[in-house]
Amino acid sequence: MDQIILQILNGLDKGSAYALIALGLTLIFGTLGVVNFAHGALFMLGAFCAVTVQRLLTLSHEVVDPERTDFLGNPLKVDVPYVMDIFGESTGAAIIDWSVPLAILFAIPVMILIGVVMERGLIKHFYKRPHADQILVTFGLAIVLQEIIKYFYGANPIQTPAPEAFRGSLDFGVWLGFEANQIIYPYWRLVYFLFAAIIIAGVFAFLQFTTFGMVVRAGMADRETVGLLGIDIDKRFTMMFGIAAAVAGLAGVMYGPINAPNYHMGMDFLVLSFVVVVVGGMGSLPGAVAAGFLLGILESFASMSAVIDLIPGINQIIIYLVAIVILLTRPRGLMGRKGVMED
Amino acid sequence: MGVLEVKNVGKRFGGLQALGNVNLSVKENTVHAIIGPNGAGKSTLLNCLIGKLIPDTGSVMFDGQSVLGRKPHEINQMGISRVFQTPEIFGDLTVFENVMIPIFAKRDGAFRMHAYESVSNERDITEAAERMLEDVNMLDKRHVQASSLSRGDKRRLEMAMCLSQEPKLLLLDEPTAGMARADTNNTIDLLKEIKAKRNITMAIIEHDMHVVFSLAERITVLAQGTPLVEDTPANIKGHPKVREAYLGEAH
Amino acid sequence: MLGLNKKDGTLLLIVIGLTLFAPFLLNPFPVESELAQFNAGYPDLMQRFVIFGIFAIGFNILFGLTGYLSFGHAAFLGAGSYAGVWMMKLLSMNVIPAIVAAVIVAGLFSVLIGYISLRRSGIYFSILTLAFAQMSFALAYSVLTPITGGETGLQLSLDDPRILTGGAEGGNLPVPSLFGLEMRDSFDLVLGSWLFTFNVGYYVCAIIMIAAFYLAIRIFRSPFGMMLRAVKSNQQRMSYTGLNSRPYTLAAFVISGMYAGLAGGLMVSMDPLAGAERMQWTASGEVVLMTILGGAGTLIGPVLGAGFIKYFENIFSKINDQILHGWFAFLPDGLENAMVALVHPFIGKGWHLTLGILFMLVVIFLPGGLVEGGQRVGRFAFRRRNKKAEGAEAEGAAKQPAE
Repeated sequence: MDQIILQILNGLDKGSAYALIALGLTLIFGTLGVVNFAHGALFMLGAFCAVTVQRLLTLSHEVVDPERTDFLGNPLKVDVPYVMDIFGESTGAAIIDWSVPLAILFAIPVMILIGVVMERGLIKHFYKRPHADQILVTFGLAIVLQEIIKYFYGANPIQTPAPEAFRGSLDFGVWLGFEANQIIYPYWRLVYFLFAAIIIAGVFAFLQFTTFGMVVRAGMADRETVGLLGIDIDKRFTMMFGIAAAVAGLAGVMYGPINAPNYHMGMDFLVLSFVVVVVGGMGSLPGAVAAGFLLGILESFASMSAVIDLIPGINQIIIYLVAIVILLTRPRGLMGRKGVMED
Repeated sequence: MGVLEVKNVGKRFGGLQALGNVNLSVKENTVHAIIGPNGAGKSTLLNCLIGKLIPDTGSVMFDGQSVLGRKPHEINQMGISRVFQTPEIFGDLTVFENVMIPIFAKRDGAFRMHAYESVSNERDITEAAERMLEDVNMLDKRHVQASSLSRGDKRRLEMAMCLSQEPKLLLLDEPTAGMARADTNNTIDLLKEIKAKRNITMAIIEHDMHVVFSLAERITVLAQGTPLVEDTPANIKGHPKVREAYLGEAH
Repeated sequence: MLGLNKKDGTLLLIVIGLTLFAPFLLNPFPVESELAQFNAGYPDLMQRFVIFGIFAIGFNILFGLTGYLSFGHAAFLGAGSYAGVWMMKLLSMNVIPAIVAAVIVAGLFSVLIGYISLRRSGIYFSILTLAFAQMSFALAYSVLTPITGGETGLQLSLDDPRILTGGAEGGNLPVPSLFGLEMRDSFDLVLGSWLFTFNVGYYVCAIIMIAAFYLAIRIFRSPFGMMLRAVKSNQQRMSYTGLNSRPYTLAAFVISGMYAGLAGGLMVSMDPLAGAERMQWTASGEVVLMTILGGAGTLIGPVLGAGFIKYFENIFSKINDQILHGWFAFLPDGLENAMVALVHPFIGKGWHLTLGILFMLVVIFLPGGLVEGGQRVGRFAFRRRNKKAEGAEAEGAAKQPAE
């Protein structure tokens, strides 16, 4: 029992990332009909927003500390971040400590901007081209974005630690009446899951309860009619692309403390997120979210040593296997609409 | 006994009885039209004939064999060729290739791995294709890419593709839908020409009375999913029931 | 010639000429000269040209003709590589069994994957093939380690049985050969200050590529090839014409899978080491790129694309800031530094960036690839010369299918 709960918990954080990326992919596919192979790159860019903010906050200048000397007796030079000069030492240190959550504020406008520029500058010209061309051009874009990041930040992973307060683990088992240390769960993963849940709820609420969301949903169902009603659907779809980019970006920002960002993390997640979208149902938002969590948890179960002993390697391929079975037996996915890209 | 025998075919979509007990017999070497107002079940019937839909009741026999549950390419191999509402051709290929493909399909069946022979060495095929194109006056356009043809020429090409297979039955699905009067008349002339040149069995599903009366030898009138009458054009014209169900509405 | 029409025959002759004389053509600059860095006539690179050429020719039979975009073809190349190394471990160091086994294994593997993937088309097909390839990659990396060598890759060792030739004599690893002719053997020809290298391995690969190219021409011009183009053009019309598109697409898929296996087999014949990273989806992306860049659906395009990418990969990776300073030396100092700084991100390790940008530009502006670009230039020149004579003729010529 404790094993099962532990695996479900372990699956949640990866599942959250899958769900957030798949949600953005689905928004773009559903509204614009575009298959975006660069969406993983947006996730990666989000993670590097966190890296950038961390770097900005720790920008330092050298100060001679009169009270300390090095082992030769010379006065010691220390790097003092500018934030400490401005806000004082303790507040400054706290700000640096909280750089990942603070990066959210930075990432939202940046990612929306990147998304809008991407849509207006490139994707827009591919609405009428075949899906193969869309895949190819966004694939090219993904390579370019990834290489730019590699150029500026190098090929090695960059640590972006969580704030001190979240670095421990929660003994989840005790709450449920198990013995201590049976089910322990890092705080940050819990934070990530809650964060993902809030964003997902936010996106759904936005689509459900705002006029903007209503128009977009109507546009997803029948673009031409909405256009005939005199609504500038194009502008809204551009915004939608921006929002999808922001969702992917935020997923990336917060993922940093779980896995140190590197330039190819986007590609790694993209392939799996596509699989998630397909399993959930192309164009179905609830499907994308449900399948994201489902596959995350499934993957985590498949990584249990008992399962691996039984079927070696299953943890590596479980997601693909599920996708293949789903595509062959129920091509529209778990929650896909009938007739949407079924063949 | 007709080439195509439709017996007691019925089809329901949820609460809607789209077809109820349709009986139909298309005789050899006749042009048989199926007409009816919108929603009479013409398309549903057509889809049952070509294997796209499987009726709830009844049977569709072609040449003594059932067509139900068969795939489109199997039905074509039985001898039914189909002309679509908007011409379906191989747009990326040349006119000549468009006509060769159906002849290959007729000769070699649904699949043949002839990957090492050269198309230009298949004399019997190229000659048959040339004859066909000459027949429909398109030989001069043989090297043109099909997608760049005019709409009238696309229709002509599609017809040539179907005829090149020498089908036992040619199915036409509203061949003049959405056409201007002049184009419609051209299509009628083309069909008349084809009819005059070769013995062919045609089934036309059509909305336009002008087309039907210029071509058909037998007419079945469909209304609300059931055949109202079946008779010659002359008799249909004066038929009170038809007037009521169809022409009356058209006025 | 050989059952080809005049135009195709000429094309084949050109390709034969280019590949056989490649050691000359690719080394146009004297060894000591400044420009020697642009020479590409050394065995390792020339082998890559033709091997990736084979891979791309095969991929084009699937993608160029049927329009099915596979994102998993690297899996077949990988499978072929493993099969090839195993043959060298078990049978002998002769490359023939290795190459044959590579083609067969890749063929069988592609029957399996193709049979399932081809039940869907469009983007679903792409994702299915991608999923299969990633799955193979993951398995090769982990569970299948006894067969694939896992992270270190599959390599020869001294205690391999090699039942046809017996174990290795002495303490050295044997090298791949063709009936005693070692693949790594080269003959250097020095003409004045020029150096030309003729490598056995390269010529084995080149002859196989010429055969593969000839076969591709035959397929393109065959009724089968025409049916594949029909699949791409209109599947609805195809099935209502009495043709079953699935066996056609499966056959194309398997043929292209076997080409990929052949490329894999040749790769290990040149360098007997097979690693899982060859199956990764970026490797599949590379062959897509070569085909598109050269011109999908054209005969010569994929070969050009493969050569282009492999050549510039090599050149761009070699250029460094020092060389750049040399190029821009004629500029005033400030401008020189600025230019070097500007170009710097695109060279050396930045090759992938250049590649990505190039790829996007081609998809956006030149969907027909280099071949279409060449045709456009050619047509433009032709028009200017025959301004008055143009008309139906030129139109007809331009619309000829797939050159």
